[in-house]
Amino acid sequence: MTKLKAVQRAIIEWMRLRLSSPQPPNNAPYRVPRSAVSWGYVFGSATFVVLLLEVVTGLCLALVYSPSADNAWQSLLYLNYQQPLGWYLRALHYWGSNFLLALMVIHLVQVFVLGAYKYPRELTWIGGVLLLLLTLAMALTGEVLRFDQEAYWDLAIGFALAGRTPIIGGYLVHFLMGGPIIAGATLARMFTMHVLLLPAAILALTGLHLLLVYRLGISEWPMPGRLVRRETYLSNYRTTLDREGEPLIPNGLRKDLIFAALIVLGLIVTAAVMGPKGPNGAPNPSIIQTRPHPDFFFLWMEALMGLLPAWLDTPFALIVLPILLIGLFALPLISPTGERHILRRPLSMVIAIIVFAVLITTTWLGTYDPWSPDMNAWSATPIPIAYLKGRTALELQGAILIQAKQCRNCHSLGGSGGMRGPELDTTATRLTRNELIRQILQGGGNMPGYGKALRPAEVDAIVAFLMTMHPANEPPARSSARPAETGG
Amino acid sequence: MIESSETGTNDASRTESSRRGFLLRAGILLNALAVAAFAIPIASYLLGPLRRSVFLKWISLGPVGAFPENQTRLAIYTNPFRQPWDGTTAEIPCWVRRLNGNTFQVFAINCSHLGCPVRWFPESELFMCPCHGGTFHADGERASGPPPRSLYQYPYKVESGELWVKAGEMPVMRLPKA
Repeated sequence: MTKLKAVQRAIIEWMRLRLSSPQPPNNAPYRVPRSAVSWGYVFGSATFVVLLLEVVTGLCLALVYSPSADNAWQSLLYLNYQQPLGWYLRALHYWGSNFLLALMVIHLVQVFVLGAYKYPRELTWIGGVLLLLLTLAMALTGEVLRFDQEAYWDLAIGFALAGRTPIIGGYLVHFLMGGPIIAGATLARMFTMHVLLLPAAILALTGLHLLLVYRLGISEWPMPGRLVRRETYLSNYRTTLDREGEPLIPNGLRKDLIFAALIVLGLIVTAAVMGPKGPNGAPNPSIIQTRPHPDFFFLWMEALMGLLPAWLDTPFALIVLPILLIGLFALPLISPTGERHILRRPLSMVIAIIVFAVLITTTWLGTYDPWSPDMNAWSATPIPIAYLKGRTALELQGAILIQAKQCRNCHSLGGSGGMRGPELDTTATRLTRNELIRQILQGGGNMPGYGKALRPAEVDAIVAFLMTMHPANEPPARSSARPAETGG
Repeated sequence: MIESSETGTNDASRTESSRRGFLLRAGILLNALAVAAFAIPIASYLLGPLRRSVFLKWISLGPVGAFPENQTRLAIYTNPFRQPWDGTTAEIPCWVRRLNGNTFQVFAINCSHLGCPVRWFPESELFMCPCHGGTFHADGERASGPPPRSLYQYPYKVESGELWVKAGEMPVMRLPKA
């Protein structure tokens, strides 16, 4: 035991000599504040562990994957079905990336809530935000390496967005695609980013991040009223360490060890149970029966593109988003000192709650994308039988037309069908006969006008059916300019 | 004598320092040259895709007879700028609308909103986008939803009984630049 401790001490001393500043030498073990030995501080180390797992599984996949547009997809199928445990490595890498991003976001929230980004740890925060962005870029390029139909059209969406950049848009798109269309050069570029450039940057920045944590020490638990001042912080921190410091090994690591192991085991179970994601259809753009979705951590972006008014989506993507990101980077430069406790930072708390409310709501909406038409509803989702019972021939003809003219792609009936437009179940209580005719012929809101595609008799039939769309105990809407019809 | 010797040393140190300064400046200059010689070909290699500003060629979509009048049909062509390793990604679809005789409209598959593949529904005479619900009329004009403009169209011509389109690059807001 004492021998083990001696070896341990020798290793630590070796590292100390090379990593720490040449200040008074000191044989005491590396210490952390007692208040930092907490379940609130376990997320950074778990993030690091999952990052290492991603490196290992990524290396393994790169041994088999073929980064070429004409057979990347086949090599994914090979991995899934023929390479022994290929499916498991793909599952580990995919679910690992989700775990990694989730832990990173939790770690960021933890550091934000605890105010740990303040003096002298500004650079640690800035490097951490950069790491988050690079990891998101890894998720995006990784999604493309899963080179299937969805990857193809997700790329098309990304390039369409880039193509809106004023002046340089066209050049930018050609540069990013490596040619005039999404093809072999595009995949080669994404592969280079995903396995060479981004990992190099991430590992270098992770090294810097850890070095800074080591040099500056782990921040103590914030107390209301205990302000961070440039003049006094470092000496106070040193006093705290002297008075109530705990040795990092083993006291400071116990909780990290348990949490990281649970995360790794959780990841293994998730990967084994859920299996790999995709690939779905072949990356063949001439198969147009598709509805591309980004992966989970980009659903909020998809939702905003779908929900923002058309005139706002380009400014949002090219102006608002970069400004928000710069704000995230600059946070420790904006408020480097002062209160650390979250209850004494009301503005920070409000901003964080708003940002997360938006992110969570939009991600949740992104999981069922109500802004997308259901392209098969017109032929695959029948009208509920209850809506057809006891209807006249004209009304039934209207029901057929509602189906045949693709109305259901955007309008639901009985809870099924598209959600792009309002549900039709209670239309008659909201619009009068004349309003219905006008809306069908001219469109409006997000609805196209059907004036060219419908004959007058067809409009009559559709309106007749829609006028039956009201609850039994609630009469259809009528114009207040006309007297109520009686007995009708 | 002492004075002259002092001037002598000063001269020597001046020549010494000017020689050092020269070497430093020469070193910087040489390195600038080396960096430029190294970086310029690499930059132009990386910017290779931009050297050609317009990727457009006339491509045959097949005999005119394959497109009935007053109908809109999906046509697929192989991108003329393809490489052997592009695989199926070079199979590009487009919508061909034949009005009558030799009057056509050829639309890119990509929605003018964010590039998703629009689908033609002859029953309602609309192109619908599966992503954000943009719709376009039969003539490609925007009907509703978020698209900022009408569908992108390819120039076409009819030659020796075949329909030709000038295509080759994925259309986005700022493309084709020509």
